[in-house]
Amino acid sequence: MESILEQIDRGIIWDTPGGVHPQTNKSLSTQTPIERLPLPQELVLPIKQHIGSNGKLIVEVGQHVLKGQPLTEAAGHWSVPIHAPTSGTVLDIKPMPSTHPSALPELSIILEPDGADTWCELSPWPDFHAKSNEQIVDRIHQAGISGMGGAGFPAYVKAQPTHPIEYLIINGVECEPFITADDMLMREHAEQIIRGIEVLRKLYQPTRIIIAIEDDKPQAIAALTKACEEDHNTIVRAIPTKYPSGGEKQLIQVVTSMQVPRGGLPSDVGVVVHNVGTIFAIYQAIFEGKPLIERVVTLAGDTLSKNTNAWLLLGTPIKFALTHVGFVPEKWQRVIMGGPMMGFTLPSVRLPIIKTSNCVLAPSQNQMPFPGEEQPCIRCGACADACPATLLPQQLLWYAKSNDHQKLQDHKLSDCIECGACAFVCPSEIPLVEYYRVAKADIKQAQQDKIDAERAKERFEARNRRLEREKEERNQRHQRGRRQPNNNKASETKKTNDAVQAALARAKAKKADAVNDNDMAALREERKRQAKLYKEEKRASAQETSTKEDAVAAAVARAKAKKQANASSVSSSTANNETEKESQKDAVAAAIARAKAKKIAKNTPPDEQSEPAIERSDNTSKADDPRKAAVAAAIARAKAKKAAKEPTSDAQSESAAERSVDNAAADDPRKAAVAAAIARAKAKKAAKEAPSVEQSESAAENSDDNATADDPRKAAVAAAIARAKAKKAAKEAPSVEQSESAAEHSVDNAAADDPRKAAVAASIARAKAKKAAKEAPSVEQSESSAEISEDNEAADDPRKTAVAAAIARAKAKKAAKEAPSVEQTEPTVESSDDEMAEDPRKAAVAAAIARAKAKKAAKEAQSKKHGDEN
Amino acid sequence: MSALKVLSSPHQHSQKSLSQLMLAVCLATSLGLLAQLYFFGIGVLIQIVLAISTALACEALVLKLRKRPLNTTLKDNSAVLSALLLALCIPPLAPWWVIVIGTFFAIVFVKQLYGGLGANIFNPAMAGYVLLLISFPVQMTSWLPPAELMPIQLSFIDQLSLVFTGSSSAGLSLEQVRSGIDGVTMATPLDTIKTDLSKGLTVSESLAQPIFTSFAGAGWQWVNLGYLIGGLYLIKARLINWHIPVAMLSSLGLCAVVGIMIDPDTSAGPILHLFSGATMLGAFFIATDPVSAATTNKGRLIYGAAIGILVYLIRTYGGYPDAVAFAVLLLNMAVPLIDFYTQPRVYGDTKDS
Amino acid sequence: MTLFYALIALGGLALIFGVLLGFAAIRYKIEGNPIVEQIDEILPQTQCGQCGYPGCKPYAEAIANGDDINKCPPGGESTVQKLADLMGVEATPLAVEEDADNTKKVAYIREDECIGCTKCIQACPVDAIVGATRQMHTVLIDECTGCDLCVEPCPVDCIDMLPVKKTVKNWQWDLKSIPVTTID
Repeated sequence: MESILEQIDRGIIWDTPGGVHPQTNKSLSTQTPIERLPLPQELVLPIKQHIGSNGKLIVEVGQHVLKGQPLTEAAGHWSVPIHAPTSGTVLDIKPMPSTHPSALPELSIILEPDGADTWCELSPWPDFHAKSNEQIVDRIHQAGISGMGGAGFPAYVKAQPTHPIEYLIINGVECEPFITADDMLMREHAEQIIRGIEVLRKLYQPTRIIIAIEDDKPQAIAALTKACEEDHNTIVRAIPTKYPSGGEKQLIQVVTSMQVPRGGLPSDVGVVVHNVGTIFAIYQAIFEGKPLIERVVTLAGDTLSKNTNAWLLLGTPIKFALTHVGFVPEKWQRVIMGGPMMGFTLPSVRLPIIKTSNCVLAPSQNQMPFPGEEQPCIRCGACADACPATLLPQQLLWYAKSNDHQKLQDHKLSDCIECGACAFVCPSEIPLVEYYRVAKADIKQAQQDKIDAERAKERFEARNRRLEREKEERNQRHQRGRRQPNNNKASETKKTNDAVQAALARAKAKKADAVNDNDMAALREERKRQAKLYKEEKRASAQETSTKEDAVAAAVARAKAKKQANASSVSSSTANNETEKESQKDAVAAAIARAKAKKIAKNTPPDEQSEPAIERSDNTSKADDPRKAAVAAAIARAKAKKAAKEPTSDAQSESAAERSVDNAAADDPRKAAVAAAIARAKAKKAAKEAPSVEQSESAAENSDDNATADDPRKAAVAAAIARAKAKKAAKEAPSVEQSESAAEHSVDNAAADDPRKAAVAASIARAKAKKAAKEAPSVEQSESSAEISEDNEAADDPRKTAVAAAIARAKAKKAAKEAPSVEQTEPTVESSDDEMAEDPRKAAVAAAIARAKAKKAAKEAQSKKHGDEN
Repeated sequence: MSALKVLSSPHQHSQKSLSQLMLAVCLATSLGLLAQLYFFGIGVLIQIVLAISTALACEALVLKLRKRPLNTTLKDNSAVLSALLLALCIPPLAPWWVIVIGTFFAIVFVKQLYGGLGANIFNPAMAGYVLLLISFPVQMTSWLPPAELMPIQLSFIDQLSLVFTGSSSAGLSLEQVRSGIDGVTMATPLDTIKTDLSKGLTVSESLAQPIFTSFAGAGWQWVNLGYLIGGLYLIKARLINWHIPVAMLSSLGLCAVVGIMIDPDTSAGPILHLFSGATMLGAFFIATDPVSAATTNKGRLIYGAAIGILVYLIRTYGGYPDAVAFAVLLLNMAVPLIDFYTQPRVYGDTKDS
Repeated sequence: MTLFYALIALGGLALIFGVLLGFAAIRYKIEGNPIVEQIDEILPQTQCGQCGYPGCKPYAEAIANGDDINKCPPGGESTVQKLADLMGVEATPLAVEEDADNTKKVAYIREDECIGCTKCIQACPVDAIVGATRQMHTVLIDECTGCDLCVEPCPVDCIDMLPVKKTVKNWQWDLKSIPVTTID
């Protein structure tokens, strides 16, 4: 029996299963030598251009770099650096659309060439034999070389095989139609390729080196044969033209008869395969010291006036390259990265050339017609005959369509190399590969989900165990505490308990927080801040807080925002106009606009127009004052939330609280936080003490009155209380939420005139509204009472009219809630708002009208409801 | 302004289309069809026209009801092929409603109700044929003797009127027309042997009947030869795989050889089996229907061989003279099983070889 | 007499088969996963509690005890289908309307607004939020199941549920959703 080596030496080649014979169209681009293009305006360099992980950035925006200077350094597993393809300045580092079928953004370095094209210092190794293998591998690694045939496998990983290598195969097959990059490279640089192979010979010490070239490239074969004449260990092997013989596993079988096991690597059978492009890059890295910064790219297709190959710098925009060869696009133009069989269409031409880009194809429809309509599979089996992986594509299609992951795995979908041979032959023109890709992605996702679910389960169970344990410990402590005879000590124990718990929590946090792991300074800082906060809170609860001003300011801001929002109620663009008048108001308005837009977006199908407008206003507001922007944002958030959460009334009161917090935050974040916390705490507490509502409410009212009477500072407190009440009320009566918003309106309006009093008024209004809402069944009464108070107030003070209006609005809203049909009243109410801005008195009238209408509507609705119930 | 089109790879296509494929198969029947026309008269053509028009009408109707695109589906020629195959199996002068019912059943029930092209389990033409054979045995076995044995030459008008009215322009019924010179109703070669065997005659005695001229029965042998040549063209053109016809014909031939060795008196020889009845049509055009046949190469061999065996068994021991339709339908049922157990070894798989 | 023989024969046969079956039942007993485990496998393990049970396992137990299988919104219709297959019952539509977009979402804390109340930490069923009292909290995105439970307790509403970002890595080959761009 002849050994494989002997058979190889005799020149035997083997056949692989499947395969197709598409028209190769290679001669189109081999007529001219490889060209060099001028420097583009700008280079975009994705920091990841291969399989594996990102390198680490080592340049900054604005930095000047030299040609060949590394921009990233290898970090972690399978990462290779990228280098500056020319000298210039780093304009920006940001996510840019990537050269990927999805064009999803990836972090990229944008480099502006300075035109000088100055190399950084290079260190060629003319005599690499003096270097150790490790040094060579490191040089290959540092030169950023990854496989240039297709997938972009880091070359340095391949250069460290785990098994002894018997055959080194140089892949010059290039079986994809149209692509001639490797062909031209072999023709023009055969000598260098042979020297590059020498480097790998030193690394692998293979028995034979086989350079495999398809027999439709006689010139390349001749060039390489001539270049390695005297080397009897290197064989140049012409293999029959068949797609996909250039696939790694297929090629190995063609030249050595061995099949790489499923899921295995070529090195498992003692083979390693390198693309000729990679070899040339290795040559440059070793003998010239140059990193991988450019590559040969075939530019082909009917819509180009000239089909050719060109040396393109990595990062060259595809549009630039195409324009250079006379690109005249058709109405619907395909621009394909890679060959016609496996290449992907680019969603944009503003994408860069990367290390794996071997061809840019811009065919006309005449040259490559669009696929016809997909027809049903007739199970003719042509795909199975063409499949190089001997799968059953027709069965896979069936299961992919029915989303049967189990069956897909049984039929070894994962072994599909997505070569496209099946879809090429399919008489029904089914895009089989697309189905498989989607199915593969689905399976991957499902597996990931499964892993995630498993981990979530573990964490959940671990947490439950932990909680159990903590409970146990607490119980034990309690028991111990009870056993303590001295009463005085009990409180002490409690204190220590708290301390212990705090410590525990801290410890836990510390443990959990991997980032701040053992940052003692941070911990100290934290403690300090805690102490401070605690102190402040204490002060606050003693009503000596200094936050009142903030609260007031918040109210003002709110009011202004409201006003503006009313003015610009529908179109957010008006917000823009007002921007010029007053930047502060504008910021707020923008936020409101945003909130509104959000609301709209939630309620109706996405309104694309409003979004850009929002962005605009957003930007302007940001430009004006970041702090105010924050306020605005907070308001927007609150509103959005409200809109989102209409059914649960709680949220609103909370958002109200939030608003005050955020507003306050604008002035002094720390104080604001405290104020917010207090307000919140109160609200919650109040909510908890629900049964004793009446009392607290009356108390609140009293305090309100007092506040009005003597001190604006107390107003803030009052407001908080009112808020608390609101919350309580809201909890009890789910339908009351409108009253709150109404209350807020009133606050805002009133605030326009006199912030301090307004706050008080607002709180009163709110309280009243709350109360009214609470006594929901007896709505009529409260309404009438509200009316009375309003009438009185309206008579003497415009400010009070605002309050009144708010109440009216609240009622109207309530009515609206009870009867969905009453919605018409709302606009009227809104309009009353607008009018109010002009004339308080008229507003009052309007409010009254609105009220009347709301009432009527509500009544009708109620009677209707009764009717329905009956 | 031009926009970028995003499409899935591959962007090149072999440019073979479904309708071309179907049409090529239709055209490949032409030699056999010509032979049939020559021996059994223009009635064959009438049946084909009837079948194809019924098929297209039915398909259009169902597609309309199912709200599927009419144009592309009708243009795929699959209904035409099914109808053509069914018409080729029908006695040329069978009443018009026979083929209409058969085609209607084949297209509406066997094909479209299963989900249309690609989703049917059974071969539509054969299912239609079996339905007719069971429902209308008399009409379905009323084959004319080959032209050379026909006592009366029927004009086109005669045949047309026989198909549509049941009697020729001269008022002769189909039964009368079919009668041979000796007044005995003529039958197909296979039918003749079956009848003779049941009468106690040996095969060699039966072969003395006038219908058996040259190697496998007058007319039928040439028809089968025609389909054989057409089938070989299909294989050459890579429109069908060789596995099914080769497996089917060799298993049928082998069975016949074994049969004749065991009992030469009651067994028809392999030549007779291979070149009579619907053997060749079945092997190259019917059993190879990709939708309802096995799709793995190993599976195709099993599928074809099993059809061959079944054809022999039913012809020899069953109640019907021919058996291709039954055999194909029976194996259609077994296809999922066959496909499941004959998955090819995936490239690089070391576990099973 | 004939009757007697028949009875003996049948009785004997019954006895033999009975013994055989009994033996087989013990000898070849399949140690299957308890049903609860199998149900738990199918559930998405978000531990969100939307089914009304405190976690996925309790719901699995409840299903095993005959509760409805349609109470798991995170799992969606596919989970209901799987449960129906497993339990041999009819697949019923989800009790709660599924979100119009059932893209996977995870929680993000707007960290400058977080006041460090630890309420979300306590709410998180999978301990995916880290932080300490009065310290900013953050969500471990990889661990977050998107259960929503932290959103409600947050007193300052600084937690957003944001869809998981599409990247080149988790892209699902959805070519049709790529917007058309023009060459200019």
